[in-house]
Amino acid sequence: MGKTLAEKIWDEHVVRQAAGEPDLLYIDLHLIHEVTSPQAFDGLRLSGRTVRRPDLTLATEDHNIPTTDLDKPIADLVSRTQVETLRRNCEEFGVRLHPMGDIDQGIVHVVGPQLGLTQPGMTIVCGDSHTSTHGAFGSIAFGIGTSEVEHVLATQSLSQAKPKMMAVEVVGDLPVGSTAKDLILALITQETTGGGQGYIVEYRGDAIRALSMEARMTICNMSIEWGAKAGLIAPDQTTYDYLEGRPNAPTGADWDAAVAHWDSLVTDADAEFDKIVTIDASTITPFVTWGTNPGQGVPLSGSVPNPADIEDDNERVAAENALRYMGLEAGTPMKDIKVDTVFIGSCTNGRIEDLRVAASLIEGHKVAEDTRILVVPGSVRVRLQAEQEGLDVIFKDAGAEWRGAGCSMCLGMNPDQLAVGERSASTSNRNFEGRQGKGGRTHLVSPDVAVATGILGHLAGPADLAELTTAGK
Amino acid sequence: MDKFSSHTGVGAPLRRSNVDTDQIIPAVWLKKVTRDGFEEGLFSAWRNDPLFVLNQDAYKNATVLVAGPDFGTGSSREHAVWALQNYGFKVVISPRFGDIFRGNSGKAGLLAAQVDDKVVQRLWDYLDEVPGASITVDLETRTVRAGDGVDAIEDSFTIDDYTRWRLLEGLDDVGITLSHEADISAFEAARPSFKPATL
Repeated sequence: MGKTLAEKIWDEHVVRQAAGEPDLLYIDLHLIHEVTSPQAFDGLRLSGRTVRRPDLTLATEDHNIPTTDLDKPIADLVSRTQVETLRRNCEEFGVRLHPMGDIDQGIVHVVGPQLGLTQPGMTIVCGDSHTSTHGAFGSIAFGIGTSEVEHVLATQSLSQAKPKMMAVEVVGDLPVGSTAKDLILALITQETTGGGQGYIVEYRGDAIRALSMEARMTICNMSIEWGAKAGLIAPDQTTYDYLEGRPNAPTGADWDAAVAHWDSLVTDADAEFDKIVTIDASTITPFVTWGTNPGQGVPLSGSVPNPADIEDDNERVAAENALRYMGLEAGTPMKDIKVDTVFIGSCTNGRIEDLRVAASLIEGHKVAEDTRILVVPGSVRVRLQAEQEGLDVIFKDAGAEWRGAGCSMCLGMNPDQLAVGERSASTSNRNFEGRQGKGGRTHLVSPDVAVATGILGHLAGPADLAELTTAGK
Repeated sequence: MDKFSSHTGVGAPLRRSNVDTDQIIPAVWLKKVTRDGFEEGLFSAWRNDPLFVLNQDAYKNATVLVAGPDFGTGSSREHAVWALQNYGFKVVISPRFGDIFRGNSGKAGLLAAQVDDKVVQRLWDYLDEVPGASITVDLETRTVRAGDGVDAIEDSFTIDDYTRWRLLEGLDDVGITLSHEADISAFEAARPSFKPATL
């Protein structure tokens, strides 16, 4: 019997296999940031251990980084201490760090691919659940906790039980006006937040093949939101075109050897998956969440659901709690929901393509009164690229705020937070209670929906914007 | 890590599903650089609510948390495990855990015991009926027990063999792996030259 892409990568990385034990997997790349690493470095010091492979480790500052006043020290002293701790640890253990002010600083999951460090066939871990992003290149990439960060630092390996294999067959083509974000949000609602648990998921089908690398990253990024161990997409010419020429991509004979190897990794025709899930891309329309987990979503054209219609006891109670927290009434059309803040950014949708789409939609419009739009590039290089293309001017002309790079309002560890009761349309990945600030209310959306919402002041899609333009003329 | 064989302590019914790690401990509490002091941030959005289970006298000293399905989904923050431990919890019982949370629990010494949906429901009802009652969680026999007489609850829980063994022995994961250092070196010697390096 043949093997799946994930099985091939897994098997290639097994250092040690023994009955009754999880496999010991070699880790090709370990990404680090300031929040989940300090206790791991402390652990190394306490036990007198070192970083085994600093040359396979990369650190960046992202979660705490302010997006304004970048020339000043971090005002929040606790945040500043955490960032300074990372700097000291990287210095002491010889780890390459891209700190604030460095041209390669940014969200760890934007920086890895940008540098060409993320490549097909690799094992990649980071103390951050959105490490699944890197699976877009055809690698096994997943988030780990701090104890595991310490384990990887010390041994460059990780004990892992082999997950089951799942295929997500995306049939049909995505209609014009629907995005990768809409597709993944719809899939999570279909499968629920626990549906992927215990599986490595391979996204397949023509609609996936048609996506750009950045759109594939959006899909894989949210694998964790339906509980999957990791999500990946087979490498192809799109992958190679994106990768070739990047600073850390292989060159010359190494490039040829690498491509030959990567081509051999794709899932065999006779491989068997433990589970197959199907979703029809041709039915996907702009999709938004109404609740407090990413599986609580509806098409933008729909309404807030009625919990009484939900059969499962736990799901019904969760929906009731969610509506109370979100301050929403069952039956309200989603487009009637007024929004205070629009956040465009994060490791889900903070890359250059996202900003290009957002800028093209916002051009010639103004941000609605009583609404603000924050645009936060995923990295310094994304920011500079956008500025070179004049996107920053388009955003500023429309009345949006153009900010520095980082995780920002995705999780509000820096000053970019929602106030109590404030409602956002956010291109990020989590609508959990309090995620963007205590008492804040989050609707997850695509960059397209985010921009339309910011211009109209209520949840809206690009089609509504087109109507506005026509009416205006 | 301390050895874990069996624990008996006050059970707290957390009648919620999908308790993600942002709810267990919000991001603003993650700025500390130590492993202690996270108890204040535990369930911080709910702690001001007098009706919240941990604010009721009977459950104040709870050490066994009984939660609905999909406990610990979302973020990889091990701080969620530390916050529960710093508060005093030794065991979390749920029908389904977020993968990373369950892994982190095993590494940090918090027992994540997976039981059937019905068992959680019975434990919730029992703890509501007898506030402050204890639950026993036996890792040797993988059993959860509560109450006595004809209504006594006794059922098995699921935990993978390897994590169970490590918890029973109180073993340090890094230490175990470093005993296979020769295997790691052999693997490294055979890695292809096209693999990227950061330095």
